[in-house]
Amino acid sequence: MAFPDRIERTVEIAHPPEQVWAALTTAEGLGAWFGDEAAIELRPGGSAWMKWAGGHTADMRVERVEKPTAFGFTWHIFGLPEDDPRRTYVEFTLEPAGAGTRLTVVETGFAQLPDDAYRKAYDGNTEGWASELGELVDYLDAA
Amino acid sequence: MPPDIEAVAEQVFAALADPTRRAILAALASRGPATATDLAGCLPITRQAIAKHLVLLAEAGLVTAEPGERRRVRYRLRSAPMQVAQQFLAALARDWDSSLGALKDHLDRVVGG
Repeated sequence: MAFPDRIERTVEIAHPPEQVWAALTTAEGLGAWFGDEAAIELRPGGSAWMKWAGGHTADMRVERVEKPTAFGFTWHIFGLPEDDPRRTYVEFTLEPAGAGTRLTVVETGFAQLPDDAYRKAYDGNTEGWASELGELVDYLDAA
Repeated sequence: MPPDIEAVAEQVFAALADPTRRAILAALASRGPATATDLAGCLPITRQAIAKHLVLLAEAGLVTAEPGERRRVRYRLRSAPMQVAQQFLAALARDWDSSLGALKDHLDRVVGG
């Protein structure tokens, strides 16, 4: 299938997992490499946010905290309307690799099913086209 | 994965691949609901050609037909399929490569490479 639901990247970082962990899970770290400013409540269910100088804000919900091997959060899908309820799940996995760290990031949920209300809105207009289009054809035929 | 989500995205991208349909969708997005005649008045395309594209766009769920004045059918843009296509684009635009590059640079700077 062409619709990408899952994005996965692995990078080798020349610093030990403890340092990578700090960059991923502290306000100082997140605000330095990811956002321009950040706050984080580091516990499952905790809230976190990042802000960018351009005015964009990302609100996150911390889901998984297993120091220093796994950190996961959900966030709003970038580019969708603010009130869209869909979120993707991002999980960082850290493994020691020599003196450094093998870091894997997996983001899933891009192809999730929209929620019920959304689906209703989507399906709600499938009836009634036939008659409306019939009127259009009548109109064009008469013109 | 829902079976139809890719089909929805495909219909949006197919619709947007045609310049006439792009112009129709853009006109509906910027000016609001309009009849085929209204659209013919603001686009350099015949009303018949516009009507043909509108039927196709309605079948794809990208516009919805509603009763307008004097029994004329008015077309309104439907955002739901666009949002599915945006989901697809969001995955393409996510760009973890840049973020992870920034993470590496950050660690080299803070901790020393």
